[in-house]
Amino acid sequence: MKPAVLTGEHFITGDVACAEGALAAGCRFFAGYPITPATEVAEHMAARLPDVGGTYIQMEDEIASMGAILGASCAGAKSMTATSGPGFSLMMENIGLGICTETPCVVVNVQRAGPSTGLPTLGAQGDMMQARWGSHGHYEIIALAPSSPQEMFYLTITAFDLSETYRIPVLIMSDEVIGHLSERVIIPEASVIKLRSRPKPKGRKDRFKPFQPGPNGVAPMAIAGEGYGIHVTGLTHDEKGYPVMTAEAQEEMVAHLTGKIRRNLKDIIKTEAYRLDDAEIVIVSYGVSARSSLAAVDEARQLGIKAGLLKLVTVWPFPEEKIRQLAERVKGFVTVEINLGQIHLEVQRCAAARVPATLVGHAGGTVIPPDRIIESLRNFS
Amino acid sequence: MNKTKDRIEHPLDGLLRTDRIPHIWCPGCGIGTAFSSSLVAMKTSGIDLQKTVMVSGIGCSGRGAGYIKLDSYHTTHGRAIPFATGMKLANPELNVVVFSGDGDLFAIGGNHFIHAARRNVDLTVVCVNNFNYGMTGGQAAATTPCNAKTTTTPKGNPETPFNLPFMAFAAGASYVARWTILHTRDLTKSVEEALLRRGFSFIEVLAPCPTSYGRRNKQKPLDTLKTYQDRTIIKHDCHPAEVQLDFERGITLGKFFDQERPTFLDMYDRTCRPQNIVDKSEAV
Repeated sequence: MKPAVLTGEHFITGDVACAEGALAAGCRFFAGYPITPATEVAEHMAARLPDVGGTYIQMEDEIASMGAILGASCAGAKSMTATSGPGFSLMMENIGLGICTETPCVVVNVQRAGPSTGLPTLGAQGDMMQARWGSHGHYEIIALAPSSPQEMFYLTITAFDLSETYRIPVLIMSDEVIGHLSERVIIPEASVIKLRSRPKPKGRKDRFKPFQPGPNGVAPMAIAGEGYGIHVTGLTHDEKGYPVMTAEAQEEMVAHLTGKIRRNLKDIIKTEAYRLDDAEIVIVSYGVSARSSLAAVDEARQLGIKAGLLKLVTVWPFPEEKIRQLAERVKGFVTVEINLGQIHLEVQRCAAARVPATLVGHAGGTVIPPDRIIESLRNFS
Repeated sequence: MNKTKDRIEHPLDGLLRTDRIPHIWCPGCGIGTAFSSSLVAMKTSGIDLQKTVMVSGIGCSGRGAGYIKLDSYHTTHGRAIPFATGMKLANPELNVVVFSGDGDLFAIGGNHFIHAARRNVDLTVVCVNNFNYGMTGGQAAATTPCNAKTTTTPKGNPETPFNLPFMAFAAGASYVARWTILHTRDLTKSVEEALLRRGFSFIEVLAPCPTSYGRRNKQKPLDTLKTYQDRTIIKHDCHPAEVQLDFERGITLGKFFDQERPTFLDMYDRTCRPQNIVDKSEAV
């Protein structure tokens, strides 16, 4: 067998780095369907998985891909799929099944411009709200946004860690630019990569309740074939996993599904600050747009504008507290994203009219040039 | 222990979630019979039940997974097969049984069915065909006979139904059979065989749905069973192209196809894995 962790220095694309991150995280099952600009994730997994004892399958569509990774996870494998907008839309129902049945897995969306077929080969960040609310019903989700191939590697590991810890599908919201960008990626020694895995049940198998939460709000997970004889359903269910068709059971289950995330925000939410300490205007950005924003901050500082960047590594759950705290002391926010205002809505909500919040965005197809951000920053001063 | 207690125990209790009984299936429904045949077959086949999983989709038959006292997964509408595919590939030791209905497996899930058959994923698929969407009150399905009445074909169904065994055969299934719930012994034996076969096995089970389908088509519960008795002919090895359901001229039952070929994982190991790994596993 070949090593799963390719320790060393590489010059690879974001998509390939994502696949390597998955392998380093212990992912041993990938089901996918070709789609630009995410295909390279599948191609790399197809080449690498059989060499490390894993299995790759190209399914008939993205609905099936999502179903297959849930099944694989329930059978004990760390599993992943990768897609872009149209495929992401098709996955939504089964992402909901994963949320309801608390099945860990990772879904990568290398975003391209939509709606519909849109601009298949050009980037955008237009699926951010779909990531939050695209499946039906009320739920919490975890979504991470990498800004470089190096982050594609690390955040894919983080995505697996979070999905295993909280038993939830975790979304990696990348974009075409990062997916296809080649940069230096350093892969550390396998021994320094500390992985998390799903909580295991203990005690008598016949008394085990598969959806009874443990101390951190997450239930230990039994795997098919271990002898627990569990029942798992996408219907509203009780702690035994049995369907219960009442408003009370619904309230209790949704409170559990949302609560396990809401109670652990400190562990889940990660942001990065750049020149924020004395900043008067805060740029809020993520993914490729955070790179444009980084350049804009330095340029603005040279122009005497006290700008800083809050980069969202975790986009969902949204770092509400962070924005609220900043709103107490800064003059305003500028959200930078490749859409016409999605995460911006969240920034506005948390700024709560205390300070102004403006958007620098467009409908997709290219990155946001730093000039446009600077222009917006000037308007604040 | 008194005699009454002894009598109320059912021979399949060990495999049933008795705390979930009564089930949702209507009086006269055929799903229960197909379900117990499948359970009996699991017991008699000698497969390791701890390593046996039932996966269902949505619908009346899809509730099967909720009553079996094994690891069981009730998934989304039409998606039992891809979910089951993921399970089998992630842990080849599992015996994965898909138990679901005709609407679930052949309309919304039709694409998954043909692809799993083509790949010859090692699954046992039992499809209860009651010719309509029972749970939602009796709408037309991809299996509803031409001219039959349903809530969405009030003047009769203008469409032609699928011939399920032919589809399974054409797509590449290793084992293809059709029975009715009146033929419980044959059905049980067939499920048992299918469980022991490697590769994609498919069994269609014709079943009455008196509540939603029967009453709109002048079929009382016993009429349907009478049809299963009088108008069926068992013809093993009959070419699946010739078994289109015809309730007037006769329904062909039997084991139509039973031929092993390499499964998805056999081919994957042979083609994609480094050969030194494969050689080692073959030597064991």
